[in-house]
Amino acid sequence: MSDVHVQLLDLACGAFLLTGVLILWRSELAKIVTLFALQGVALAALIAVLGAHEGSAELAAVAVGIGALRAGVLPYLLRRALAASGERRETKPIVNVASSLVAAAVLALLAYAVCQPVIRLAPTPATQAVPVAMTVIFLGFFVLATRRRALSQVVGFLLIDNGITAMAFLTAGGLSPVVEIGVSLDVLLAVLVLQVLTTRMRAAFGGTDLDELRELRD
Amino acid sequence: MLLVVLPILLPCLAAAVYALAGWRGPVRWLGALSSAGVLACGIALSLQQAPPSAPGLRADALSSFMLIVIGAVATLAMLAGPSYLAAEDDARAARRYGVLTQGFIAAMALAVLAANLGVLWVAVEATTIVTAFLVGHRRTRAAVEAAWKYVVVCSAGIALALLGVVLLHFAAAQAGVESLELDVLAAHAADLDPGVARIAVALLLLGFGTKAGLAPMHAWLPDAHSQAPAPVSALMSGVLLSVAFYAMLRVKVIADPALGPAFTRNLLLVLALLSLLVAALLLIAQRDYKRMLAYSSIEHMGLLALGAAAGGRLALTAVLLHVLGHGLGKSVLFIGSGTILHATGSSRVAAVRGLLARSPLLGGAFGLALLALLGLPPFSLFASELGIFRAGFQDGIGWAVAVALVLLLVIVAAVGRIGSRMILGSPLSAQPPDAETAAGAAEPVLAAVAAGAPQAAAQPAAEAGDRRATEASGTPEAASAEPVLVAVATPAAHSAETGAGTDAAEAAPAKASDEEPGGPAKAGASAGAEPVKVPAGVAVAMVAGLVACGLLGITAGPLQSILDNAAQVVVP
Repeated sequence: MSDVHVQLLDLACGAFLLTGVLILWRSELAKIVTLFALQGVALAALIAVLGAHEGSAELAAVAVGIGALRAGVLPYLLRRALAASGERRETKPIVNVASSLVAAAVLALLAYAVCQPVIRLAPTPATQAVPVAMTVIFLGFFVLATRRRALSQVVGFLLIDNGITAMAFLTAGGLSPVVEIGVSLDVLLAVLVLQVLTTRMRAAFGGTDLDELRELRD
Repeated sequence: MLLVVLPILLPCLAAAVYALAGWRGPVRWLGALSSAGVLACGIALSLQQAPPSAPGLRADALSSFMLIVIGAVATLAMLAGPSYLAAEDDARAARRYGVLTQGFIAAMALAVLAANLGVLWVAVEATTIVTAFLVGHRRTRAAVEAAWKYVVVCSAGIALALLGVVLLHFAAAQAGVESLELDVLAAHAADLDPGVARIAVALLLLGFGTKAGLAPMHAWLPDAHSQAPAPVSALMSGVLLSVAFYAMLRVKVIADPALGPAFTRNLLLVLALLSLLVAALLLIAQRDYKRMLAYSSIEHMGLLALGAAAGGRLALTAVLLHVLGHGLGKSVLFIGSGTILHATGSSRVAAVRGLLARSPLLGGAFGLALLALLGLPPFSLFASELGIFRAGFQDGIGWAVAVALVLLLVIVAAVGRIGSRMILGSPLSAQPPDAETAAGAAEPVLAAVAAGAPQAAAQPAAEAGDRRATEASGTPEAASAEPVLVAVATPAAHSAETGAGTDAAEAAPAKASDEEPGGPAKAGASAGAEPVKVPAGVAVAMVAGLVACGLLGITAGPLQSILDNAAQVVVP
């Protein structure tokens, strides 16, 4: 990889990680969706850089497709759900913002440790960025576990998925096209299903506060 | 090649028909027909010498066997569908049920036929998406909550498996294998880098384990199983869990040569014992019979994991037989639970008494299926559990088997206590129909009459009556059900004019219970004594499932060679 490619790759990875961390920082749901869209752009850029390096038209096309889905369609769906809900803020995260950011730092360290075998196997500039993808996956799980609004949980789920996609392209240039399309389709449908369920939840519970989900227990 | 595509194509076609024609008339039985087709394809495929394949698909002995399981359980579940939905007055919801259940079966067939680990993952995640609205079918608070938890927990869990797929792909690429084909991966497993492969395999087992309902990732299971419509619960518990478990077996095939057998064995043992422990603890004081069945599924998935941990040929043969036996027995129970729920209006154990006296067929079949599930002879689960335990001692995990046996003893006691309460004894004392309960029961019926439900319900009820009359001469069970049908008489039924009104009357308390938590006990008590009517489809499905499970226990017959071949795929 030439220096320019490496620098561009690092830039894209940096933006990818930063948007993920900022999602923990903001509590307005609209801002969270915007940040998620920006992360989609960073992910598409990351794939485009890898494609430019390999001179692969296929990767370039994949970058466009991923960008359209993750920076276009999914944020659009989230915005629509947000507009319908009338909810503006993540009112009461279980962990407050300052502690969340500390947790993000710890998760980044953990991701770096976990990814050592991957880097050792093939120490290229691309695999050296793998801890970034792993950090975003961890952040996704963190958001999923600590945020109490339905929409925040959907964003957490999508963060995990962004991280895994980045991981797939950083390690081995992506899975095969059939699988990649299948995965994207599954993610899109899962978000649609969650959106419909959010609507039903609002009808049944009068809001999307997940703490209200207490009907079922042993 | 056609045989490989058909198991996916048939349910897709049936789904298309439901989407176009809706859920009505004889079309309602199309689902059972397509499921029987899947079963036939599975049997035909297992009889072939060389595994046939199609682009992206292939059917080796293990895949064919799983198709048989899917086909058999789906046929039972789909037979029970029409009568379960007979009380449904929402045509759109019924149509959606038809489309989604068939899509669900198609996705499971794709999962077991996929030649590519990535496609297998896509198919398993697709089952989550398709079943989300089936779990949330009733739109009550509890159903929406269960559906939300189900989608979020399963999607996040299965995301771990996708990460595992990505890392395995990386390890394979570094070993010079640019492919995710299961057979290719298995053939080159020894070349994989152990460091990366270890992370990948752990993630894959945990991810698919979430979907298989293994503890500690089981949180979604009891909620989803208890809220879904009974036939869907039967499908989810009977096969969906096993399909996820099948994915774990496929991962094990790749993992063992790459990492040595100890790694997967230890991981599977932890999952198995934790699952048995969770099931035992939560079954002791269980007060909801649908949740009891759900926790029993966790128990049986734990037993499967225990058998897979043992890992020998004998163990795997027993595990696969257990998959089929559990699928049959559990679907019989869930189908029966749907009828009990309709009759009593409550899924609480306390609302059900003297089932055997109220309906010898329902009570008898439910009780026998419970005994089957507890591993009593002559049912096949006795043979398969025995096989798993014997193999465990042989393969050097005797201590784990001993722990499992102790936990199993607790489970048998707990389930036995709940089961005997529901089935034996005299029905709850018939209360004089005081004004309040009578009015309470009659009101929903009148509402249903106004909504035009009887017209919808009249036809299936009449059909069911005809069928029962024709069967009565054939099977003793059906004959004993006959007087039950004649004797149906509820206070609420008197207020309805048509005979079909009983259908609506039985369904009404079930609906009312969703609105107010205080309702079901009362409705259950008022409906606690009179006989229960068992629809024909349900009766056929329950008896057929029990007979199959019992026959399998006496002799596996021609299935033995299929089982051996399938086990050979996992333990070459």
